[in-house]
Amino acid sequence: MSADSTSAGSTRPVVTIRDLRKSFGEREVLKGIDVQVHAGEVVCVIGPSGSGKSTLLRCVNLLEQPTSGTVELLGAEVTDPDVDIDRVRTHVGMVFQQFNLFSHRTVLDNCTMAQRTVLRRSRAEAERVALANLERVGLADRARAMPAQLSGGQQQRVAIARALSMDPQLMLFDEPTSALDPELVGDVLGVMRDLADAGMTMIVVTHEMAFAREVGDRVVFMDDGQVVEDGAASQVIGAPREERTRTFLQRVLDPTHRHDTARASGAPAQG
Amino acid sequence: MSVDLSAPAGRARMSPRRRARLSRGVQYVVLLAVLAVLLTTADWSAVGQTIFNPAAAGEILDRLPRAFYNTVRYTLAAFAVGLSLGTLLALMRLSSVAPYRWIATTYVEFFRGIPALLVVIAVAYAVPIAFGVSFTSIVAIAAIALGSVSAAYISETVRAGIEAVPKGQVEAARSLGMSHTRTMVQVVLPQAFRTVLPPLTNEVLLLTKDTSLLFIIGQTPAFFELTKVGRDALSTASGGLTGLFVIGACYLVITIPLGLVARRLERRTGGRA
Ligand SMILES: Nc1ncnc2c1ncn2[C@@H]1O[C@H](COP(=O)(O)OP(=O)(O)OP(=O)(O)O)[C@@H](O)[C@H]1O
Ligand SMILES: [Mg+2]
Repeated sequence: MSADSTSAGSTRPVVTIRDLRKSFGEREVLKGIDVQVHAGEVVCVIGPSGSGKSTLLRCVNLLEQPTSGTVELLGAEVTDPDVDIDRVRTHVGMVFQQFNLFSHRTVLDNCTMAQRTVLRRSRAEAERVALANLERVGLADRARAMPAQLSGGQQQRVAIARALSMDPQLMLFDEPTSALDPELVGDVLGVMRDLADAGMTMIVVTHEMAFAREVGDRVVFMDDGQVVEDGAASQVIGAPREERTRTFLQRVLDPTHRHDTARASGAPAQG
Repeated sequence: MSVDLSAPAGRARMSPRRRARLSRGVQYVVLLAVLAVLLTTADWSAVGQTIFNPAAAGEILDRLPRAFYNTVRYTLAAFAVGLSLGTLLALMRLSSVAPYRWIATTYVEFFRGIPALLVVIAVAYAVPIAFGVSFTSIVAIAAIALGSVSAAYISETVRAGIEAVPKGQVEAARSLGMSHTRTMVQVVLPQAFRTVLPPLTNEVLLLTKDTSLLFIIGQTPAFFELTKVGRDALSTASGGLTGLFVIGACYLVITIPLGLVARRLERRTGGRA
């Protein structure tokens, strides 16, 4: 156990977001976000649909260009135009709601493509790393399959293996289980739990309150483009301080609103 | 048994199914009648003399392999240019650099709007004068003239294919640190081409027929393609129009399989996507 990969310890910050704002046209979607994530921390972001959770995540690796504010990633100021963003992105893995596996390539190719072209690893080295990560998500035996031959849960686990194959120092998850059939959710969450236990720094947008409470070190509750509450997972979910957080949690956890309490997404699934 | 569904009202004595069968029968009868009229009114001895004359067909037989080979060669050369230039134009059309978009749009509108025959003539006669080059091979003219025209059509097809690739594919590639260009080459274009394979096959089919326009250029016999051979046969061979029919059959030998391939690919990709 190395010192800096243990949980929750406030060692060096991996991500520091300061006064981040993002507008789409006239509409301001992020209204000044300040969040810091330290090495080894698992931060779960929760909040109603349209509150800006995905946009926040996408601003971290610059899939969206912030309108103002700064994002510091692994010591680099990613919003600085001089920074090589492709370089920075190799250190940040991202897992999408819709998996987004490259549908024309095998599972193994999905995991080796960027290793070879971006990290310039040899084929043998890339395949070794890819297979190790596929093993980690329990899918080494499907290395030669095409994505379309896999279930949603398997595809998402491959997507995680693909991201891990780049040896990222931070993993971003945007509702990784929202597009899955309920019986497949557990496998993916299991993989994510293992990853967290192994000391990976993670930001997870999720509607899985049980996961947020058990695996998350911190929970950030967002509403209307702002961080409403940011604290220990047990506190934000167990004893929220803010009225808005309480209302949201009630709505998500109340079985009379949603038949499936723990996995209820307070929102219709969307990209 | 309470309701008799087969006889709903007094006026409609026939059931819908029986009526459909009758109407189908009538259509067959009409079809046979048309065929019979055509067969009986045609002057068969004249047809045998000038249109399907086996002796005349034999006269051009020795020139066919060369012509067939040339037609295929010109088609492939034109398609190679059309595909590369068309892909480039598609990328320009989707570029964030506005002048690229203007150039590509103008190109496409221009070459879609003028007859291919004019382009063939222009390339064969105007380009050598303007640029001081001389073509030693018809293959080059086919590649430039017909390639330029088909590039306009292919670029529209490829562009549609690129736009059909889900945005998530690009985002996944970029999030792995792949550059814009690498993403295009390794993720977007392979998927785009797979969806546009059927229309591209069709484009080859159209190009095969368009190589007939090359007959207009003065050629030496070594460069004759099918249509040129067929036209020459008109004036020389004793069998009149027979040559044209033989040539037509040669085109079909190429185009029918291509059409079948296109349809099969269509069915295959149509299932997924
Ligand atoms: N590319 C875009 N162009 C315009 N508006 C956008 C764009 N992306 C997001 N938005 C808007 O920004 C707001 C926040 O979107 P975002 O996807 O970040 O919400 P979210 O919290 O992730 O919601 P959900 O839980 O439904 O995924 C929404 O109102 C959305 O319509
Ligand atoms: Mg979202």
